[in-house]
Amino acid sequence: MPKPLPQPDAESREFWEDVKARRLMLQRCRACGRFRFYPRAVCPHCLSGDFERVTASGKGSLYSFTVCHRPAAEAFAADVPYVVALVDLDEGVRLMSNLIGCPPGQARVGMHVEVVFEDASPDITLYKFTPAGSSSSVEGLLMMR
Amino acid sequence: MRERIAVAGVAESDLGKVPGKTAIQLAAEASRAALADAGLQKSDVDGLFTFGFGAMGAVQFGEYLRIQPRYSDSNYMGGSTPVAFIGHAAAAISAGLCSVALIAYGSTQASDGSRRLGGHAEDPRLPGSQYERPFGIPLPLGAYALAATRHTAVYGTTSEQLAEIAVATRRWAQLNPVAMMREPITVQDVLSSRLIASPLRLLDCCLVTDGGGAVVLTTRERARDLKKPLVAVLGVAETHTHQIISQMADITVTGAALTGPRAFAMAGLKPDDVDVAEIYDSFTITVLLTLEDLGFCKKGEGGLFVSAQRTAPGGPFPMNTQGGGLSYCHPGVFGIFTLIEGVRQLRGECGARQVKEARVALCHGTGGALSSSGTALLGRI
Repeated sequence: MPKPLPQPDAESREFWEDVKARRLMLQRCRACGRFRFYPRAVCPHCLSGDFERVTASGKGSLYSFTVCHRPAAEAFAADVPYVVALVDLDEGVRLMSNLIGCPPGQARVGMHVEVVFEDASPDITLYKFTPAGSSSSVEGLLMMR
Repeated sequence: MRERIAVAGVAESDLGKVPGKTAIQLAAEASRAALADAGLQKSDVDGLFTFGFGAMGAVQFGEYLRIQPRYSDSNYMGGSTPVAFIGHAAAAISAGLCSVALIAYGSTQASDGSRRLGGHAEDPRLPGSQYERPFGIPLPLGAYALAATRHTAVYGTTSEQLAEIAVATRRWAQLNPVAMMREPITVQDVLSSRLIASPLRLLDCCLVTDGGGAVVLTTRERARDLKKPLVAVLGVAETHTHQIISQMADITVTGAALTGPRAFAMAGLKPDDVDVAEIYDSFTITVLLTLEDLGFCKKGEGGLFVSAQRTAPGGPFPMNTQGGGLSYCHPGVFGIFTLIEGVRQLRGECGARQVKEARVALCHGTGGALSSSGTALLGRI
């Protein structure tokens, strides 16, 4: 079994296409002005259907993390130990990702991180995070794979 | 609702590894035993509350036992569901929509091997499938590990403190003949057990077993004439805050922060009035967060609260007295077992593990990825 990948749908297709183009885009409600994640057609704050899509800074901090010593599925076994992280983006939304580009033992709650993009299949790219300042070198390593 | 609704009967099914039985069979056998415990007949049941036997759980279960209810509820919100059902059933009975409510549950997840860290097979388009599973989070464990890491970073909670919960719960299990895991363990045993998802180790995690249970509710008037001592529903509350952990506002504060105060307010009680606490223990961190949120201690002080075996037999805060999901059984939805043990403690049926003069029991369920909460306060009156 390969790793599970997102299957874009009507509400997420643009988001995943942008990630593939190495852009992390957030929806911002035009009625109440608040950012939201994950992408959805209806604002969970004010119910408005009117929104714009804004390029995220890609910067944030580690809200929490766990070092996984048992894989979620066999497809992740070769990655153990790997870091599943919750990242608070500077725009004020939280998302789940992986912390890469640093030894798991160096992960710290509150550490500054920035986004990198990792191709997972010909169709799907995933957003991941590295310690702030290391994204260009980590991205380079990912490209060489 | 206060004191107008009573729990008339409770029962477990076979527990542990039960390869020769089906999930719906376990639910049916537990229901038969709970009705016998109450002194009621199947024909008395006119409200059905269950889930898990296909998408129309109560409909399927009604067919199996040939029960045609006047009130039917197949709600599912994870491990807290049976506790939430206490509120649903009490409301339905209070409104006159049914008079005898049967809450039933059965699972063969251990024999099926269906409890995997990848989580349940779900619609690939659901938010969890799109925004969490691709990153390899082991579920539900990883979600609770994230909460534990955050709680540790913000409040200084230690792995030793989490381990205290596992050790105390095992000591209760030693007093329960049907508990699965009865070998004594120490804090050091927990700390040296295998790291699964930091900071949680093997012995921070609940068991994976088969099993079922059932609870029968009716009016206080009717229950008074039945076999068992009267146990009343004093207060109940439920909520859910998110489905996937990345959508939880503060991962150190669960829905119990809402259900606790609401249930206590309904009962006219406060945390100090609780004699025995049955707190959902999918993981040690689940208990710690819940104790804080229910108001037994301040946020951040859960580690201190459970230290020095305060929740163990003989300690000042008897908790998870049947041995909990950590050591007694855990077929996936443990909430039903918090209710069964709470009722038995209030009736004085618990033998070696009986908490003396237990008048008020708090039963709390947690479901999903800290997603849903249900609190029930029960009392011997």
